Amino acid sequence: MQKKDRLDRQTVALRVAREFKDGDVVNLGLGLPCLASNFVPAGREVLFHSEAGVLGYGEITDLGEGDLELTNASGQPVREQPGMSFFDSAEAFVMIRGGHIDISVMGAYQVSEKGDLANYMIPERQVGVIGGAVDLAVGAKRLIVAMNHTTRDGKPRIVKQCTYPLTAANCVDLIVTDIAVIEVTDKGLVLKEVAPGWTPEEVQSLTEPALIVDPHCREMTLM
Amino acid sequence: MPINKIIPNFDEAVADIEDGATIMIGGWGTAVTAPSLLIEAVARKGVKNLTVVANVTGFGKQVWKPLGVKFAEDQDILVRNGQVKKFICSAPVSAIYENNFERLLRAGKVELEMVSQGTLAERIRAAKAGLGGVYIPVGIGTVLEEGKETKIIGGKKYILELPLMADFALIKAHKADRWGNLVYRKTSRSFNAVMAGAAKVTIAEVDEIVELGELDPEVIVTPGIYVDRVVVRPAVIEEEEIEISAEAKESHERFIRRKGA
Repeated sequence: MQKKDRLDRQTVALRVAREFKDGDVVNLGLGLPCLASNFVPAGREVLFHSEAGVLGYGEITDLGEGDLELTNASGQPVREQPGMSFFDSAEAFVMIRGGHIDISVMGAYQVSEKGDLANYMIPERQVGVIGGAVDLAVGAKRLIVAMNHTTRDGKPRIVKQCTYPLTAANCVDLIVTDIAVIEVTDKGLVLKEVAPGWTPEEVQSLTEPALIVDPHCREMTLM
Repeated sequence: MPINKIIPNFDEAVADIEDGATIMIGGWGTAVTAPSLLIEAVARKGVKNLTVVANVTGFGKQVWKPLGVKFAEDQDILVRNGQVKKFICSAPVSAIYENNFERLLRAGKVELEMVSQGTLAERIRAAKAGLGGVYIPVGIGTVLEEGKETKIIGGKKYILELPLMADFALIKAHKADRWGNLVYRKTSRSFNAVMAGAAKVTIAEVDEIVELGELDPEVIVTPGIYVDRVVVRPAVIEEEEIEISAEAKESHERFIRRKGA
């Protein structure tokens, strides 16, 4: 069972992008979340925000193209789009902390069953990167975590209680992993979708807290 | 006498920075957004025991040159030269590899105060605005709350964060006039525009100097009163050959790989 196919990074990003609605202001965090600007469904207008100081940017440019003075949170050059605007770091965080961002997408090391988020430091390293994660975790209206379901050595990243230092407590709304989509609710974690070929039981076996299987739980549709 | 903030060269622009100074370095994290030549001038001057305020601790020429960046040095040069006593920043280390700051931090040779990026920006803005501090809603229940005053306002808990003022702010802008009015390019505004005016002396490194009146008043981002000195990058620089270490090569390859499947 452990050998089952998991979704690759691009596909997880594609699934995340399906959460974006017309007019949403979306901040994409470092790493995998940044890929989601490539997968906005055709005809939908989504405004991507980066704490680098831009609103309304487009897809990541092809290798060797683009302008290093126009980047997403990963420092990757992105495309210009009509209607985009630039601003400084203070303004970028006024938007974030003032509640003007609809969705924040971030990576994580661990998420607890209460929606606590740990994503700035691996304890063994003794130093991490807080960046803007803590601001986004508190300021964004909805927080989506996009991550691998387990660590490299197969341990669950969705845990009863985070053992890594917290970025913020009780802030995650939805977890999209390489095998499942899980909603954080007052009653607990609700399994909404499984990756193609996976069963709810298999997802549960790789998740520490008990999952509530949604009666409408289904296989992810990606297109 | 006409106001003229233009300084002829980079060494002169930083000549009065002394040992123990607190300096802000603008930019967001990539060398293209950093005041690269001002940083190199501070490195040449050799001042020590600096407290540096910046978003990141830097990665160095080794990382940026392979990406085709022309002015590729960042604050890493001050770190690896042992000129920094303390760093106040939001991203002290690299997600990809061990930078020089992390190495020196482990060796106990440099101090760190890590601040969330939003708080860093707001503390700098508070200094520029003459405020005694700001109540911030983030960091509650985390290490960022430790040892700080808190207050309940409207039923919500806030942390008091104090202003961050520096002796010198080194920033990068695109164009300037002799009054110090500045415009930027795209995501280079970042901490550059925030830091302008948050120090006793603000020094702007620019790509181009234009005549007074050439910058449209409707689009000037940093009014000249925040800027004390302006110094322009040379149009051509001598391209030096640098040897890229195996670590930097690996970091570059990982950066490239992150772009796609």
